[in-house]
Amino acid sequence: MSDANFEKFKTCAVEVLQVDESAVVPDARFADDLDADSLDLVELVMALEESFDITVEENELEGVETIGQAYELVTSKL
Amino acid sequence: MSDDRRVVVVTGASRGIGAACAEAFARQGDQVIGLSRSGAGPGEDIEHWAVDLTDPAAVDAAFDAIEAAHGRLDVLVANAGITKDQLTVRMSDDDFTSVLDTNLTASFRVMKRALKKMIRQRSGRIVVVSSIGAYMGLPGQANYAASKAGLVGMARAMAREVASRSITINVVAPGLIATDMTSSLGEERLAQAAQQVPAGRLGEPHEVADVVTFLASAQASYVTGAVVAIDGGLGMGL
Repeated sequence: MSDANFEKFKTCAVEVLQVDESAVVPDARFADDLDADSLDLVELVMALEESFDITVEENELEGVETIGQAYELVTSKL
Repeated sequence: MSDDRRVVVVTGASRGIGAACAEAFARQGDQVIGLSRSGAGPGEDIEHWAVDLTDPAAVDAAFDAIEAAHGRLDVLVANAGITKDQLTVRMSDDDFTSVLDTNLTASFRVMKRALKKMIRQRSGRIVVVSSIGAYMGLPGQANYAASKAGLVGMARAMAREVASRSITINVVAPGLIATDMTSSLGEERLAQAAQQVPAGRLGEPHEVADVVTFLASAQASYVTGAVVAIDGGLGMGL
């Protein structure tokens, strides 16, 4: 896991989800641990798309429930 | 130029209800950008841009430019609309779909684009201009009625999606308002129609704008998903 990329990812998550930096860990679940609703997730995707200059399709988000899974999806596109 | 005035975008601002709304916001001291096919319109302090709202790339470019120039988007009035009246059995598919494209699909497009910005800001006001025709279903207006009724459901779906972000989306349903659109009915039919209005007269565009500016104000923070009739009582009970 590249530190620089994860830091960038974390910045987006902290800003959009309004959570503490320490909560953004690979195992954290969006709904249960980070209290994120569906609109929060859409916002996070939009922020990540902009920050990493990538495009995420709707169907790629299926089954993405944790920070780790989302980070993996982002890095798979770099 | 950056300042703390609200940034207001009005579609269909070249004339009629849209022009009246643009002028009303400008009078309040808001920065107003009017989007219309012609790019014409009243008001020295209103920026009028020519944009074909049925062209997704043109809409994106316009909103990119607005966001670059002003940094924020506080209010959207989705007002642009056309009529192509014809009795159903004589109405072509093109007449139907082109009215839907301009009145409903283009509204979806600008609202979606505005919401992306407003969600991030965690604030915003959208006012959609529907019509009494949405629920009266006047003869010759199968296309127009479908588009204006569609706006109500669409606005309410969106209102639910973004209500938690301090964004409100409301609909106004004007009745017979004295604009170019209604004057195409002809003087005789208009006079006849005015007799059906409890208020006994046509409405003026500024009377619609007064309600729109209220719904877009801080005072209307707990009003969302509402359909407000502005029709002199014509639609009572519908």
